[in-house]
Amino acid sequence: MKNKKIIDVLICVALFVSPFFLNMYWTDVLVNVGIYAILSLSLNIILGYCGLFQMGHAAFYAVGAYTAAILNVKYNIPILILMPVAGIFAGIFAFIIAKPIIHLRGDYLLIVTIGIVEIVRIALVNNVFGLTGGANGIFGIDRPNVFGFIVKTPFHFFYLIYFLLSITVLLFSRFENSKFGRALVYIKEDEVAAEGSGINIAKYKTIAFVIGAVWAGMIGAIFASKMTIISPDSFNFWESVILFTIVLIGGSGNIKGVILGSFLIIGLPELFRDFASARMLIFGMAMIAMMIFKSEGIFPPVRKIYKIAIK
Amino acid sequence: MELFFQQLTNGLTIGSIYALIALGYTMVYGVMKLINFAHGDLFTIGAYLGLTLLTALEITKQFGTFIGLITLAAMVCILVAVIGVLLEKIAYQPLRKAPRLSAVVSALGASIFLQNAVMLIYGARVRVYPQNILPSYTLNILELHIPIVRVLIFATSLLLMIVLYLFIQKTKTGVAIRAVSIDHIASKLMGINVNKIIMIVFIIGPALGGSAGLMVGLYYGQVNFIMGWSYGLKAFIAAILGGIGNIPGAMLGGLSLGIIEALGAAYFSIAWKDAIAFFVLIIILIFKPTGILGERVAEKI
Repeated sequence: MKNKKIIDVLICVALFVSPFFLNMYWTDVLVNVGIYAILSLSLNIILGYCGLFQMGHAAFYAVGAYTAAILNVKYNIPILILMPVAGIFAGIFAFIIAKPIIHLRGDYLLIVTIGIVEIVRIALVNNVFGLTGGANGIFGIDRPNVFGFIVKTPFHFFYLIYFLLSITVLLFSRFENSKFGRALVYIKEDEVAAEGSGINIAKYKTIAFVIGAVWAGMIGAIFASKMTIISPDSFNFWESVILFTIVLIGGSGNIKGVILGSFLIIGLPELFRDFASARMLIFGMAMIAMMIFKSEGIFPPVRKIYKIAIK
Repeated sequence: MELFFQQLTNGLTIGSIYALIALGYTMVYGVMKLINFAHGDLFTIGAYLGLTLLTALEITKQFGTFIGLITLAAMVCILVAVIGVLLEKIAYQPLRKAPRLSAVVSALGASIFLQNAVMLIYGARVRVYPQNILPSYTLNILELHIPIVRVLIFATSLLLMIVLYLFIQKTKTGVAIRAVSIDHIASKLMGINVNKIIMIVFIIGPALGGSAGLMVGLYYGQVNFIMGWSYGLKAFIAAILGGIGNIPGAMLGGLSLGIIEALGAAYFSIAWKDAIAFFVLIIILIFKPTGILGERVAEKI
């Protein structure tokens, strides 16, 4: 147990100093891994803890990114102030769509969330309300400005993103053990029993959706400012599939697993860039093999034992 | 009014293709409770195999148009069915007892694999079918110009669906398929070989999907390696629309979706054409989640 903790700490330290030893390209890869890790952790609340088959997470991410991009380009509001605004917009969007669909059973929810992400993408391409810039998207988004310091290079972004990732991990591990987090896991394990214990299922599921969406929306704002240009293509269905796969391959409901999953799925294929065209072929095979040999993911969720004081 | 009927025939043609693909989804979902995401890619493979057989073997020239096309369709069906069975054996069979989501990830992996395999073999660019395979004259009924291709596609699909319906309803194997959809364990106790039934489903579904791919290739004259994705998704929506697990439902759902889409594109907005199916999906799931004819899945919503 103690050894495991030491190893974890060593890995974290190694990660935090790694940009000093890596070139710009690999630092950028790590930045992408970080962004996907945060996004996957936000999906983990919906899919991992609550067990809702949500395959449209890119839609929330897109709403956040576009909110930030539009407000930044039109009104010059700094990105870091827009982060919570983007989160709130994504949350409201999630609340509106979750209302009618939240009661749907597993596969129906899965297919309807695919539908939502596709509708969002088509809406963005069709330039709804004349705001989204159509298929070309929006360009000229500001870089984040941290107290006068402009975050520009991958090196800077690395520390911004991993700072956000650390906060996310801290908050979400607190969340996991909270009353609310435990209720979500209960719903996943046995919906009827959870309802019998007085958990308002529709309410808890909706809140899980909204929390996941708020977080994805906030990171969407950061993504927009990192790229400075966003287009509907960045938020297509395959993005959602990647997030879905990260959570399930890493181990749904396990924070460590989800982060490892991001490294495997976003980072690892970069090592095989020489096989460019066959890379996705291997990726598909790996997904199948992974599920056959370790169907609960690399780190299956830990069964927790809670001590209850019985009088 | 002319536009309306013109779009209606167009919708029926594309709808019958959706229906053929939807049958594969609905049968697999019926027996395994799995959304077979790779089914759309089997459809693509059908289209590409048709292209290869047409150009490399020149089947239609050797046997004449009619017999040539039937041979071609049979060969495509058999080859795609073989791939379908292999897919099930490799990617799904080891996961029978695993959590449901693991099988979904495996299906997505299989879809990515097949899609990229097609891309590596045939290249990423759009491929064009040889011209003048099908007779190109149009029927003129009451000022309507209906290309004969549409009639052929609609009639062939209808024929295939009727054969399938009779097979499911009247034969012993059909009864076994229906039994397995309701309860695996009880079917086993009744002496049904569940693995064999699942294999049969993975022969019929991909064969129908592959033939749909061939029809799309012949109808539109071009194929690309990602087309299976949008056709597959729409066909799955069609299956839900009719009631998942329900075979006549898949046929009805496919035809309805084709018509709604064609009319929507004509009267509502062509730019939103691809979103229409998803709006239909959301509306049906809110108001009647079991689909038009009701689902045939023994599980409560």
